[in-house]
This record gives sequence, C-alpha cells and structure tokens, in this order.
Amino acid sequence: MGKQAGREPAARLSRRSFVGYVVGGTSLMVMADLALGASPASAVPIPSVPQIPELYDLNDFLVHCTLPTANHVGIRIDEQGDAHFALPRMEVGQGITTAVAMLIAEELDLPLDRVHVTLAPARPELLFNQLTGGSNTIISMYTPIRVAAAVARKALLEAAAIQLGALLTSLVAKGGVISAPDGSSVTYGDVATAAAAPTTRQVKVTLKAAAERTVVGTPQRRIDALDAVTGRKQFAMDIAVPDALPTMVCRAPDLNGTAKSIRNEAAVKAMAGVTHVAIIETGVAVRARTFGQCIDAVRALDVEWNAGPVAGKSAPDILKELRAAQLPLVVPKAGAATLDGDFVFHFRSGSALEPNCAIADVRADSATIWAGLKSPIDAQSKIAKILGLFQKQVSVNVVQGGGSFGRKLFSDGAIEAARASKAFGAPVKLMWHRADEPRQGRVHPMAVSRIRATVLLGSVISFEQRHTAVPTDFRHGLGERLTAEVSALPTGLGNLGFSETVFMLTQELPYNFGVITQLLNEPKPAPDRFNTSSVRNIYSPDVATANELMVDQLAKRLKQDPVAFRRSYLKSRVVKRVLNRAAELGEWGRAMPAGTAQGIAIHKEYKGATAVLVEIDCRPETVNRKVRDAVTGPRVTKAVVVIDAGVVINPLGIKAQMMGGFMDGMAQALTYGNHLVDGHFLEASWDNSAYTRQWNTPFDFQCEVLDSESKVPGGVGEAGVAASMAAVACAYARATGKMPTEFPINFHDPLHFEPKPFIPSVPQSPTDGLSYTS
Amino acid sequence: MTTHTFKLNGETVTVEVEDDVRILWVLRDVLGVTGPKYGCGINVCKACTSHINGKAFNPCSVPVGAIGADDEITTIEGLADTVDGDGLHPMQEAWLEHDVAQCGYCQPGQIMAAVALVNRVRAEDRAITEDDLDAIRNVCRCGTYSRIRDAVRTGAEMMG
Ligand code: FES
Ligand code: FES
Repeated sequence: MGKQAGREPAARLSRRSFVGYVVGGTSLMVMADLALGASPASAVPIPSVPQIPELYDLNDFLVHCTLPTANHVGIRIDEQGDAHFALPRMEVGQGITTAVAMLIAEELDLPLDRVHVTLAPARPELLFNQLTGGSNTIISMYTPIRVAAAVARKALLEAAAIQLGALLTSLVAKGGVISAPDGSSVTYGDVATAAAAPTTRQVKVTLKAAAERTVVGTPQRRIDALDAVTGRKQFAMDIAVPDALPTMVCRAPDLNGTAKSIRNEAAVKAMAGVTHVAIIETGVAVRARTFGQCIDAVRALDVEWNAGPVAGKSAPDILKELRAAQLPLVVPKAGAATLDGDFVFHFRSGSALEPNCAIADVRADSATIWAGLKSPIDAQSKIAKILGLFQKQVSVNVVQGGGSFGRKLFSDGAIEAARASKAFGAPVKLMWHRADEPRQGRVHPMAVSRIRATVLLGSVISFEQRHTAVPTDFRHGLGERLTAEVSALPTGLGNLGFSETVFMLTQELPYNFGVITQLLNEPKPAPDRFNTSSVRNIYSPDVATANELMVDQLAKRLKQDPVAFRRSYLKSRVVKRVLNRAAELGEWGRAMPAGTAQGIAIHKEYKGATAVLVEIDCRPETVNRKVRDAVTGPRVTKAVVVIDAGVVINPLGIKAQMMGGFMDGMAQALTYGNHLVDGHFLEASWDNSAYTRQWNTPFDFQCEVLDSESKVPGGVGEAGVAASMAAVACAYARATGKMPTEFPINFHDPLHFEPKPFIPSVPQSPTDGLSYTS
Repeated sequence: MTTHTFKLNGETVTVEVEDDVRILWVLRDVLGVTGPKYGCGINVCKACTSHINGKAFNPCSVPVGAIGADDEITTIEGLADTVDGDGLHPMQEAWLEHDVAQCGYCQPGQIMAAVALVNRVRAEDRAITEDDLDAIRNVCRCGTYSRIRDAVRTGAEMMG
C-alpha cells in the first residue's frame, strides 16, 4: 500500500485543482504531467471474492505503468491564437484526435476548429505512454490534457489583464477572445506572445466542472471528416518521399517460411520497371516504379523456400494441442446438476483495409521511417537494433493509419521496410499485397473454451471457465516495463506471465454464480509459430461468447427468460442498467416468426458495460438468398447496442465505435475465420475472408450511450465487439434451437471459394475491369 | 514504354508507362493522385472505385493501354467539380452530415460507388431499395456500413 500511496502524483491538489507549467520560451507553451489524475485502483486491498478486474483492470495497469515515466504533454499557442497539440498516441480511426481536440477546446474556450491535433513522432522518453492499446488513450490522458489547456487559458488571461488594464477576475474568455467589462477585448493571438514566460513557472488551475461544459459531451463530427471525403486524408502510402519507390515482398507458401535462394534474380531484375531484388528476413523484396510492376516481379520470382514452423499442420492438429493443454476444472461433474460447454474459436485475420505498409529511407548513419504505428518507440528501438544504429539515429514519423485492430501494435511493415531499404541501399515505399494479409499477417489466436456450471436447488452455485489459446504475442514494448511493474501488482498477480496477467485484468464474469474460476492457458509458448496479436478486445469476444451462451443455457435449465435470469444474477448495477435499456429499446420478448429470434448479451470491461440485443433471421429463404459472389447465410436484421462508457466526451464518436465493434463481432460469430490447412491459411483476399459486407448489415442499427454515473471516461476503441459477438451467437442458438459451439458458425460449410495458389504468392490483377462498369 | 493520353479530373494528362500497368498504379505511383486506395488489386474490395465516363469502375483491374484519349476518368479528387458551384458534391455533403468516415481508408471508394449507384437508379427512374444497398460491394473494415446506407439515401435526395 505504502508503495502505491507514494505514487500519488504530488501535483494533485483536489478533485479539480491541479498544477501545470508555462514553459520558458518566446512563444506560449504549456505543459502538464502525464501522470495527473492517474490513480489506479490498486490502492484498494483486493479481497478474494470479487474478481480482479472489478477493482483493478487492464486500464489501471496501463495507467499504473505510465506513472513512473512522469513525463509531460504540451500545448502550444501560436500567434494566431490557435492551439497545437502533438498527441503521443496513434489515430487509427477510433476518433481519439477528435476527442482530445474537444477536451482542449473545452478547457481553453477556443472553437474546436482552431485546435490542431497531430501525431507525435517516437519519443523514447515516454516509454509506456506512447502505446495505443487496450482502449486506454482517453482514460489515461483525460486529466493531463485538460490541465495543460487550463494553464494556457490562465496564462492568456493574465497577459490580457495587463494589456487591457483590467482585473483578472473580471475578464471573460470565449471563443478565443478575452473581453473586459468595459467592452474592450483582445484575441488569444494578440496576447499569445506576451503570455510566454522567460523561465518555466508553475501555475495552479481549477478545471471546469461538468455543468460548465459546452463542448465535451456534445456530439461532434470527426475533425478529419472533410479530408476523408475529399481524398485529401494522407495515409502512409500517400506520402511523397523522394525516390521511395513501390516495394513488395514475395512470401513463402508456408506460414512464416523463409527464402533460401532466388533462382532467376537476373531475369526478374531485367523486368520492366524493376530496380532491385533481394532476400530479406520475411521473403524476397522487389522494388519497382509501380506496385503493378512489383506484383509482376513477385509472380515471376522462382525461389527456393525453407519450410515454415507449422508446415503440414491443419486446424484439427492445433485443436488437439489446445485440448491436451486444457487446465483441469475444480468442481467435479455432478450428474444432472452439471452443465458443460465446450467451444472452439478459429483463427481470424486482424487485417485492416489498409495493408501493412511503411516508407523507409535507410542511410549509412541514419534512418527515417513513416508509418502508422501504435508503439513507435518499440519500432524505433527494434529498427535501430536491426540496422546496427543508435536509437536516436532512427526517426520514426507516425502517420494516421487505415484501421488497426491491435495489428499496428506491431511494426511489421516498418521493420520490413527498414530491412528492404537497407538491403537495396535505396528508399522504399513498402506495402503488403492483400493476399499476404490473411495468409501471413497477424491473426486472432485460435482458442478453446471449456465451461462447467453447477445448478443446485434452483440456483447457480459454480461457474468455471478454462480458456486455452494459441499464445498471443505481446512483444511490442510492454514486456520490459511489465517485469519492472509486476511486483507492484495486486496480490497474486506477480507470478503470472504477461498473457495471464492481461487475461486476469480484462476478464470478469459479472454474475453471482457462487464459485467462479476463469483461467487462461497458452501452451507451446513460442509466439513466433503463428503471427498473433491482441486483435480487438484481446480475449473478450471469445470468452464472452462462450459465457453468454452458457448463461442462456442456465436460464433455460432454470426455466427463466434470458433477460429475467440475467437481471436476477447480475451483481453489477452498471451492467443491469445497460441490459434493461437494451431490452426496452429492442422490445425484448416481442413475438417473432419461427426461424427468427432475438438474442441478448452483456459484457463488462474497460470501466464500463455494454449490452447488445439482436434479431436474427435463420429461415432458409433468407439463409440461401443470392448476392453475386457473396457469403450470405443468417441475416441479423436488427441490432441495438447500449453502452455505459463512463464520462462521455464525444457521443457521436462512441456510437461510431459501437457500430464498428458490432460489425466485427457479428462477422466473428457468423462468417469470418481463417482456415489453417497443411501449414498455411487458405484465405487470400476479401473474396475469401467473409468479413461483414452490406449484404450482412442489419437493416436497423441503433446505439444508445447512457448518461453514466461514473466520473471518469472509459475506453471505447474496442468495447463493442464482445457483447456483439455473444448476442449474435445467442440469437442464432434461439432461432435454430441449436447452440453453436464452433466459430465462425459457418466454419465447416463447404468452402465458398477456390483457394488461390500459394506459388506465386500473390494473384495477378484482372484486366477486364471495363466489363464491370456500373 | 508507351505514351498514354487520357482525361483525368477535367484535364488532359499524358504519361509514359507500359501498356499493361493497371490504371490504379498509373494514378497513384506515376501521377501522384492518391485518393483511390489499394485494398486488394483484384476488383473485390472496391477501395479504388473511381469513375470512367461517368460510370463506376475499378482502376486496379484495367490496364492503361485499354483506355484512350477520349476516356474521362474521375477520382474522388475530381468529384466535386462534376457538379455546379464550388462546394462539395452532394454525396460528400451527405457523408459529412452522417459523419460516415472512421479511419477513412475505404471512403473515397464508397462515395464514388454511391454516386454511381444513385445515377444508375435514377436512370431506371426508381428509388433506392434495400437490395440496392445490399449490393454495394465496398469493404469497410471499420464497419461504417449502417451510416453508409443512411448517407447514400440522404445523398440521393440531395442530388435531386
Ligand atoms: S483495389 Fe481495386 S477493387 Fe480492391
Ligand atoms: S472507414 Fe476504415 S475501412 Fe472504412
């Protein structure tokens, strides 16, 4: 305890009073300590009965890990009076730049469009603070950002008081203008230079109370929306870096196979447009004038390959390994009182629409990288090591990414680009072919979940879950920090490996089911056999789906309605609120035709709770509906998502996240999976991977963000996936009368596609596009 | 290499490139027009959707040698100029109104596909149906699908 108390930031004065700094210099620059307001719940003793995440969850852990770095975030006010902030996080579509700009606009009394948020390049001194994961951004930056903005406002007001000859307390700041009672006024721009301080000084500020807010909590459109709809938004591959020519990699037929030799290097080098060909760690890289010519070269390469680490293995082999490694259940089987469930979750590709990509310019004594990265410091240090440079010789520029889903925590594209640029002695614009993404890219690990519940005298007295998964790769900069921090974790967590820690900190079964045990086992701890990552929501979608299906089974056993049953067993008020509202909005229990049904599920995580109600149509005429080259199947016709996300900064942003999470969870339940056959994944593009498309989208989608009773914002980047996947699975079970036990549900259907060849590793682009104009 | 001339966003352009290079790469890698995005290269994700002579097409699947000097290509960058006034195209306005974009990567293609859909439905003198919306093939990995449906309907109204 003493240790925790010592971590309490000294600058914290009261709930809304904090200290920040005006930084010495010629223009107005203000700073606040990143650790402000961060007080992880670990100061509370952990009794053995509640599950750990109830008191101390992954976000507390991430906040906790950022404390010792004690670094600063700064806001600069320019001579026009506009605010500039370089966010040490990555924007990958989750809307954090908008939310952060809103916080600044609020506290600074500046119009939103005059707050300019950019992404900071790698700052090694920030360590943990520069990791965008676990939906932690808003939770950990909420206070420091507001404090910095309030300091800036105060400095501007002080300068204005002198300039206007008025009393500080009589001034009113609004929309970037400061007015005195006599009607005279100055703009922020007028006093920005005067507000600068020759030397750094401390400033005490009081943050706005919730009732004074006019921006935070109001729906705001994304600040980059105009750029997105005009094509001006720049992704990594849109940046013009002189001489950085298109580069692609020819990959092994086996998952993680490597190149031994090239049999026709000279012939490929002589092809139109091609400038370079070289073996790198992950295959054979080619550089050409256009990506089209890279594709031609990749297809022409004749390469001798080394086998991959899972050569010859298929999904049933991995399933057998996982089953053999399942940890034993504690409660013995007790005849009719026992309910057992056994669920299988297949690999799923975590790939975004923008493929892995990066620009790299590697010179003898320096390297520059441009990429969408969630752990830029980790990328910087890895790349420096690979290139034999000092970390400070590598500059890493963070670019907005086209979606991430946990994949960009790794810097696969950037590392590969650095290797290729070094091998070629020339700058490269490296991009993965789409075919490489599901086949060689990061996947959500395959898992089995075994559940045993016991029902006695009309109530549930035990609920045990044994989740066994292919190891999730967490080697993206969390590791070192963890070793340092792990001893500070609440009782009993210190002995666990990192995956187990994350599992313990995120999984929580919010029901009063007597004895609850939830354990994770990851056998064969060699994370490089498969390329996994904490793809969206880490373990939660699978764990929640297994749990909620079993909860429905328990309700059935006790002859109770699924919603009534959940209501009586839920121990969390927050979860009950979202459940009740979803049931109400979605008209739970309304009469539905045979073959169609409602399903409902809840999930508690990220300091909030989600409930999802869906209606699904599993009638043959719907399941077999025809859309050209499409995977149709059961249709979710309606979805209602209700979330308690804590303090809401931008309700519109949260709703967008919930919609995205829903589309993801639904695909994971019904259609989206990777088939591991004979050492490689069959899926090679969007015609193979059946991710949600318009023909699967519910006709009616509603999302409601509840007024929270909580005082802190929750993370929302991933919160919607788990309950969505679970609700769709539960609805399917109720519509068909058969509880699904393997996911995606269509996994064993005959393949809807002819697998593309593995050699060459990428398909040629068609030439008949003009016959499909529409 | 061959010299190719065609119209792009209202201007005549000339490029030196091999006949078989797909138009997507001519636009992105040679001309630096980066609005159309790469998402598959095999005409299935529709991220590259642009217009040729007013109809939607996928430049990843058309070699530059297949088009001629009279062919007019419009990318997202040129869409606003296809309507009167100096603002955005009504479909882009609809996209802003519904705050459709998340990461934004798929959105240039989505908007170009939506405009073509509305034009097609209009030529058939009918309103947009759920089936029309179901038939939009563009992938959005961020899952903005419901907002796209709403925005297409709004955009159709605004297109008059
Ligand atoms: S890149 Fe053209 S359709 Fe996918
Ligand atoms: S907005 Fe990200 S792929 Fe559509």
